[in-house]
Amino acid sequence: MAVKLDEPLGRVAYVNARILDPAEGWDGKGGVLTDGEAIVDAGLGLFDGGLPEDAKIVDCGGACIAPGLVDIRAHLGEPGEEQKETLATAGRAATAGGVTSLLCQPDTEPCIDDMSVVEFVARRARQLGLTKVYPYGAVTKDLKGKELAEIALLRDAGAVAFTDGTHTISDPQVLRQALSYAATFGLLICHHPQDPSLAHDGVMNMGENATRLGLAGIPREAEIIVVERDIRLVELTGGRLHIANVSTSDSIDVIRRAKERGINVTCDTAPPYFALNEHAIGDYRTFAKLSPPLRGEEDRQAMVQAIADGVVDCIASDHTPQDEESKRLPFAQAASGGVGLETLLPITLELYHNGHLSLLAALDLITRKPADLMGMTAGRLRVGAPADLVVFEPDRSWKVDADALNSKSKNSPFDGRPVQGLVLRTVIDGRTVHTHGA
Amino acid sequence: MISGDTAFSDFPHRHLLGIEGLTPAEISFLLDRSETYVEQNRQPDKKKSVLRGRTVINLFFEASTRTRTSFELAGKRLGGDVINMTVDSSSIKKGETLVDTAMTLNAMHPDVLVVRHADSGAVKLLSEKVNCAVINAGDGSHEHPTQALLDALTIRRRLGRLAGLQVAICGDILHSRVARSNIHLLTTMGARVRLIAPKTLIPYGAERLGVEVFHDMAEGLKDCDIVMMLRLQQERMKSNYFPSVREYFTHFGLDYDMLAHAKPDALIMHPGPMNRGVEIDSEVADDFYRSVIREQVEMGVAVRMAALEILALNLDPALDTNL
Repeated sequence: MAVKLDEPLGRVAYVNARILDPAEGWDGKGGVLTDGEAIVDAGLGLFDGGLPEDAKIVDCGGACIAPGLVDIRAHLGEPGEEQKETLATAGRAATAGGVTSLLCQPDTEPCIDDMSVVEFVARRARQLGLTKVYPYGAVTKDLKGKELAEIALLRDAGAVAFTDGTHTISDPQVLRQALSYAATFGLLICHHPQDPSLAHDGVMNMGENATRLGLAGIPREAEIIVVERDIRLVELTGGRLHIANVSTSDSIDVIRRAKERGINVTCDTAPPYFALNEHAIGDYRTFAKLSPPLRGEEDRQAMVQAIADGVVDCIASDHTPQDEESKRLPFAQAASGGVGLETLLPITLELYHNGHLSLLAALDLITRKPADLMGMTAGRLRVGAPADLVVFEPDRSWKVDADALNSKSKNSPFDGRPVQGLVLRTVIDGRTVHTHGA
Repeated sequence: MISGDTAFSDFPHRHLLGIEGLTPAEISFLLDRSETYVEQNRQPDKKKSVLRGRTVINLFFEASTRTRTSFELAGKRLGGDVINMTVDSSSIKKGETLVDTAMTLNAMHPDVLVVRHADSGAVKLLSEKVNCAVINAGDGSHEHPTQALLDALTIRRRLGRLAGLQVAICGDILHSRVARSNIHLLTTMGARVRLIAPKTLIPYGAERLGVEVFHDMAEGLKDCDIVMMLRLQQERMKSNYFPSVREYFTHFGLDYDMLAHAKPDALIMHPGPMNRGVEIDSEVADDFYRSVIREQVEMGVAVRMAALEILALNLDPALDTNL
């Protein structure tokens, strides 16, 4: 579906809806009124007094209307790996998943360590008119973990935060300088915590399962040690660090204590780490090969608890498209990662359906909280803000079918899973960019 | 401090190792004394005989052209015998220790040793082993007292005072002895000092030195009377203190757009040698009305004459200071 960016929009009233806005604490009958690309009114009981005469009416049929989802971590494949994903296919997957803003990883080819690549990605995404794409800038040149990238110039070009993607910066002096230098400009560093030398040639979580399968294990300590070290460096430098993809109970303990001591550290996790465990690998299913690896059941439960306790600041899709050539291989040789844009909402809603969180609290983790973390204004139904909306039925069930996903790559670790929570309509800047069944 | 009477009771010290610890009166005295030499250095006949018969050794363990030349001229204009020893021609390369070198030179009865060394504290160590006076011409990242004095003299001659001025020191503060000496001198004299640099180039706990720290240059320059730029060594890039020269110049370089944030008549200073286009734009460096960079060099000779005179004569309390 091509988005016509020049089509006049006028006023649109989203009526007959259950309005959800974690920022305002709204959960009840209400609606949203947009004019052109912006929200002009929103709230509980908005159209109780009658429908506006001059507006086009969109009947939500009693479904929920909420801020469009904000995803702070997705690999988009373009430039460099267009056989896996392009900005267009990722945009369609994201809008189908209700995601209206996302941050893309810098490990493209060429990588985003240069101003021109920041501008290329942002401009291409803008032309498509689908999900808004905000690039991460690289922390180090060529993501090699040795020399600092031009962080301030990348920021000036539009990079919102900085990361080396799934490359962990193993030299503590480099991370120290990066945290300190980034703090000069008040910038956030996001770090993937897996010590490469401890992970060594491991391909799944170390433990009984790896032993039975005869696969090399990655110890949990590969993550925990990096988390512990990083927090010391944040304390030393006064920088700001966000730890991505936390997957173990011990990492959570360390982060919880750091937060209690007032250290400027935040973290996220991705749906696989609270909804799946290492048994998902079953008989060498490479779609369940992720980085960090899926952990044991105790860690999964600890992640659920950490989300409920608020130690985990937000949930990211960690969308990592891999084509068949990268996955249809012996487990050890297969690439890591799973697509996640279209399952972010329903898997997050499992936390609500299983009674761990309220609907609003679950939604908060994929709207306002990630937006606030990145200093973005998205993720809330604010008057004057861009009309980025999602209309969804939280209880409606469907079954994940990898082949039916919009993403160019089909490597979903949730393939075949029955889920609840269906996106009916996604609106970006006042334009409907996705309609269920259309 | 040396015991008993000294020629200059206003500066009762044997050595000039640093600014830290000097009183406002002592600093003022050094500046006043320097002032008398400024005029003399502008005359066709610049020679005096204050140091006649005295030996000054410039002992430089680290390459320097400007400072060494400045000290050499100062010593010669006061009529002293000046010898330059640089690391290449000394026996340091043959494995002699710093203390051995000091003892060897001491045996030749110099009156003043002017010493520069790449290690902080090395000049102090050397001063403990000799009978003569020692002037620190720069030790590591610690102090460079004559640079701070010449900067202060330049400011005082231009603006008539130091107290109450707002001075911004910008650049690689972490590795800078010039910054440390200037911080001590300016805060002692009642000026307010701001440090402006990326966080990586500000030493730990800098606020404890009585200064304000800024990481946004435009904000830091606001209401400043003096903008003092420091040399940025490009080798620092290798240790990730900053990613590139173009990024550094964009955010911490001084051009007219950046300078516009300071007071309209703010003076521009630089201890030299400058990296044009790295920390300072050529146009700004050469601004006829506002750049005092050449004047700093001129004041350097006067300040070093005063320092040599005071320390050499302090060694001999019997001498009359009104020679």
